[in-house]
Amino acid sequence: MTAMPPRLRAALAIFALLALVPPLAHWIGQPFLIVIATRMVVFAIAALSLDLILGYGAMVSFGHAAYLGIGAYAVAVLSRAGVTDLTLHLLAAIGAAGIFALVTGAISLRTRGVYFIMITLAFGQMAYFFFVSFSALGGDDGTALAARSTVLGQDWLRSEPGLFYATLGLLVLIFAGLYRLTLSRFGRVLSGTRESALRMQAVGFRPFPYQLTAYVISGCLCAVAGVMLANQSAYVSPSYMSWHRSGELIVMLVLGGIGSLTGAIAGALATVALEEGLAKYSEHWRLGFGLILVLVALAAPGGIAGLIRRLKGAPA
Amino acid sequence: MSAPLLQVRNLSKSYAALKVTDDVSLDVHPGEIHAIIGPNGAGKTTLIAQLSGQLRPDSGHVHYMGQDITRLPMAARVRMGLARSFQLTTLLPGFTALENVAIAVQAREGSSFRFFRAAASERALNDQAMDALRDVGLNSRATQLAGSLSHGEKRQLELAVALATRPRLLLLDEPLAGTGHEEATLLIALFARLRSRVTMMLIEHDMDAVFRLADRVSVLVYGRIIASGTPAEMRADAAVRAAYLGEEEG
Ligand SMILES: Nc1ncnc2c1ncn2[C@@H]1O[C@H](COP(=O)(O)OP(=O)(O)O)[C@@H](O)[C@H]1O
Ligand SMILES: [Mg+2]
Repeated sequence: MTAMPPRLRAALAIFALLALVPPLAHWIGQPFLIVIATRMVVFAIAALSLDLILGYGAMVSFGHAAYLGIGAYAVAVLSRAGVTDLTLHLLAAIGAAGIFALVTGAISLRTRGVYFIMITLAFGQMAYFFFVSFSALGGDDGTALAARSTVLGQDWLRSEPGLFYATLGLLVLIFAGLYRLTLSRFGRVLSGTRESALRMQAVGFRPFPYQLTAYVISGCLCAVAGVMLANQSAYVSPSYMSWHRSGELIVMLVLGGIGSLTGAIAGALATVALEEGLAKYSEHWRLGFGLILVLVALAAPGGIAGLIRRLKGAPA
Repeated sequence: MSAPLLQVRNLSKSYAALKVTDDVSLDVHPGEIHAIIGPNGAGKTTLIAQLSGQLRPDSGHVHYMGQDITRLPMAARVRMGLARSFQLTTLLPGFTALENVAIAVQAREGSSFRFFRAAASERALNDQAMDALRDVGLNSRATQLAGSLSHGEKRQLELAVALATRPRLLLLDEPLAGTGHEEATLLIALFARLRSRVTMMLIEHDMDAVFRLADRVSVLVYGRIIASGTPAEMRADAAVRAAYLGEEEG
């Protein structure tokens, strides 16, 4: 065995720190911190899923929040129908997201570069307006959930620590899976295509099936984040899938550093923390957040992950 | 004589008013090294691009192993054993030299829809990739990122990748350009060794190498083949001397 790669060590450290949040929050008498931490973990899952296609596959999707929404609405629709089981919610979310990703991905991947960004944005907006006009589920206003999902018939997710640890467990699972995937044969084809599609064709690969598969996997994983987001806020609305939200997911990746998985997690945690922190001081917090992003872009290309690499003296 | 491995018939391609490939017909027979020479801008790279499937010709046909491949995509041609090296190196800069070659081995060995096992731990991929690196004299640089190699080393790696696809016909676009004397000598020896296994179409400006290696030489000028024959015939051909060799030999 060789030494553990730094990005893996960093991710494990983040997971360990996150696991300490609930007891610490109780200890210092600030239990709402668990709610914020849950949101952080939810968006870490979403950012991870986007990193697979954007960071490893160089497919810049500007409609990724659609999958958050699909996941969230899977919970709302099934709960309405009396199905409360988390596993069924996850399966339905993954199934619906997979079909949406398969169809829209197959079309989007016929384009390149800025056209790909535009067409994924268009599909994201289509999903958004579909749910806006879905009046049975509250249309524009969305709908409140009667209760959180159940696990094996138990309401373990009702407590904030319960929901937090379940979400964290999913994050660790998804990180581990993606970590293996990016090092696998499939992962090599995906990142090879990012480096040079022409070279990959010249050794005998047709990039399309690999890119489409990654696109579908990414959509399915983001829908998992959507399921947990619906549970966290006990509320579902089309605003989850607005293009602002898609842009925010990209911002998380840029902030954390793309194409390392760990950077996506760090970027999501930092973005949610900054939003919560800055929002407390000023309603103009977006301005402050924008300034921070500009500073990151200027001073730390490669995001948080790149910054740490450079502080350690390794090549970025 | 055996049936040709590659048959090109009346191939034409234009960029606006410029005829880059002008009614080109030629045969490449199994086991031979067929050199294409011609001045810069003659259309050699564009010809290779059409034979490899990177570019569509406007008209004409390409047959390979008796099959019409004119409309076949590049990846499918590679899987039939028709590989190329690029004049402008086209590598995966963020991959190591070994990984650049291993991905070519991976393309022909087993499915790449494998999501779990680390590709870097697959002995079969690494061993074959290492062999190809050794063939081109680059084994000591295996763990370097392709993007950090010197220009000459990139040329060698380009060739190792093409070899790792196990080609039956190899289209080589100026493989010696930019390599040092030592590497060029090594590569010329490599081509001489390979000729029993691999048929080659060789585009090259190094006339010594061309006349040493080639069984046939075709001369391309302004998109047209103006002469074709054995190296000795080409050396003697007045039109060739005027169009091309004249400049070289003064
Ligand atoms: N994409 C393109 N658009 C327009 N002209 C091109 C293009 N590619 C090549 N050419 C022109 O075609 C001619 C042949 O180019 P090329 O095949 O690269 O020549 P060679 O490899 O023999 O030096 C040149 O005059 C070049 O400028
Ligand atoms: Mg050329």
